[in-house]
Amino acid sequence: MAPIIEAHGLVKRYKEIVALDGLDLAVEPGTILSVLGPNGAGKTTAVSILTTLIKADEGTATVAGFDVREHPDEVKKNIGLSGQYAAVDEQLTGFENLRMVGRLYRMGKPAAVRRSRELLEQFDLTDAADRPVKGYSGGMRRRLDLAGALIAEPPILFLDEPTTGLDPRSRADLWIAIKGLVAGGTTLLLTTQYMEEAEHLADDIMVIDHGREIAHGTADELKNMLGGERVVVTVADPDHIARATEVLAQFAVGEQHVDDHTRELTVPISGGAPVLTAALRALDTAGIAVTDVGLRRPTLDDVFLTLTGHRTEETEIASVEVGE
Amino acid sequence: MTKLKYAFIDAYVIAQRNIIRIKRVPEILVFVLISPIMFVLLFAYVFGSAIDIPGGSYREFLIGGIFAQTVVFGATFTGAGLAEDMQKGIINRFRSLPMSPSAVVMGRTASDVIYNSLTLIIMALTGLLVGWRIRSSFWDAVLGFGLLLLFAYAFSWMMALVGLVVPSVEVVNNASFVVIFPLTFIANTFVPSEGLPGPLRTFAEWNPISALTQAVRELFGNIPAGTPPPEVWPLQNPVLYSFVWIVIIIAIFAPLSIARYQRVTAKS
Repeated sequence: MAPIIEAHGLVKRYKEIVALDGLDLAVEPGTILSVLGPNGAGKTTAVSILTTLIKADEGTATVAGFDVREHPDEVKKNIGLSGQYAAVDEQLTGFENLRMVGRLYRMGKPAAVRRSRELLEQFDLTDAADRPVKGYSGGMRRRLDLAGALIAEPPILFLDEPTTGLDPRSRADLWIAIKGLVAGGTTLLLTTQYMEEAEHLADDIMVIDHGREIAHGTADELKNMLGGERVVVTVADPDHIARATEVLAQFAVGEQHVDDHTRELTVPISGGAPVLTAALRALDTAGIAVTDVGLRRPTLDDVFLTLTGHRTEETEIASVEVGE
Repeated sequence: MTKLKYAFIDAYVIAQRNIIRIKRVPEILVFVLISPIMFVLLFAYVFGSAIDIPGGSYREFLIGGIFAQTVVFGATFTGAGLAEDMQKGIINRFRSLPMSPSAVVMGRTASDVIYNSLTLIIMALTGLLVGWRIRSSFWDAVLGFGLLLLFAYAFSWMMALVGLVVPSVEVVNNASFVVIFPLTFIANTFVPSEGLPGPLRTFAEWNPISALTQAVRELFGNIPAGTPPPEVWPLQNPVLYSFVWIVIIIAIFAPLSIARYQRVTAKS
């Protein structure tokens, strides 16, 4: 099947900062693509171009078969967008917000009213439906914003960091809602900073940094690329770092990362807790004292460390002016 | 044709939203509506006791000017409302919708007609309290109020552009006062324009606010008997001249405001 969202060589510059640097992407109808990356990676810029809010400096994109530059109105009719910041009117009630958005999607009055009530019910906002939004919690606003994106039942949905800043409970609720949508046949492009979220929601994950794709695959493929869990060891004596690296090499399934400053060694392993025990025993035998030790799952930070050689925070500082 | 139809439907939806917002925060309206009362009382009693009009009541002469001045001042409400909208999250929702690009500005100027009507009602009631009377026919009076409302609507479009050009709500007030003060004071609003020095007099005579004031005074029958007829064309035909200005202002500022809205929201 032909992709319903397609982009080739998207470039977007803000003064000297390059927000997108030749991004390609394609999403098949009825599937989810998760665009994973740190702040400033170009996620919001990519979504803004695909939703016609801004124009790319170079490259082409089509959504629902329409060129985003030539036919923005046709694109807008086929998409729903829910951004990082809830785009709702504070003074209006939840119901009034949805009815207004429905009407502006050119739905008739009765249809907009019926669909608003339906979505308020679906997103567990019935009790708050007739209260002004200014009294809503952050999670309620996000759900209302998402409902606004869905009111006209668009075949394509763009969600830009839908759960950033939400508490775990609200995040879980939103995930359930999003999964339900895709079960109904909606095509979804989602951006996120969380590996866990990308893994939970999407089959297809694209990791981007500095406006470029750096990895692409299923959650399992990416994890294999990262080599499963990590053993993190802090050695007591800085002079032991080199020796500890040698000892731990036999357990590593990928490249070890050594931070001389914090005396912390990060070792990708495979096999979980038994490997951790064996590694500790080996260090003990070699006479290397450790002050801290742990086993953890790969994080986005590890993805970046593995793929780009730098941590996500560095990216964040470098790109903080991009306006994401 | 469909485009035009949806431009009106979308504007109607936005106007409806603005009216709900006014109902939710009536405090805004209270303060905004106090100013016309203040204007009427202040000018009627402070200036009204100091200035004499040959053969008539200055207070009655004054009310027409205050009506004209207040509807022009009221247009800042439009600018402030739009400037506020542009800073709110909802504008991001509007940007993502397949709605008509003129809807936000058209809806705003439309909903402000309601606000201007309220202002006029309150001013007229306050005027009646201080002794102003309509001394003309019913239909002349209707035309008088209609002309004021239309003029207010036209000025809303001008202030809409100001609201979309300035960066924040606070600047709207300052920016618009720079335009509104000279326009409303170098006119026949408070003093007869015949007494003004040369260039100011010419400005006052051709100032649309003067024509509006003159039109309102005539339509409400507030020109004292025995007042010599005006010497210049705009004041001899004030209703027609006011209408011409209403058309000119809308023709210039409606396209400019809509284009400005599109430019601001298409930020890249």
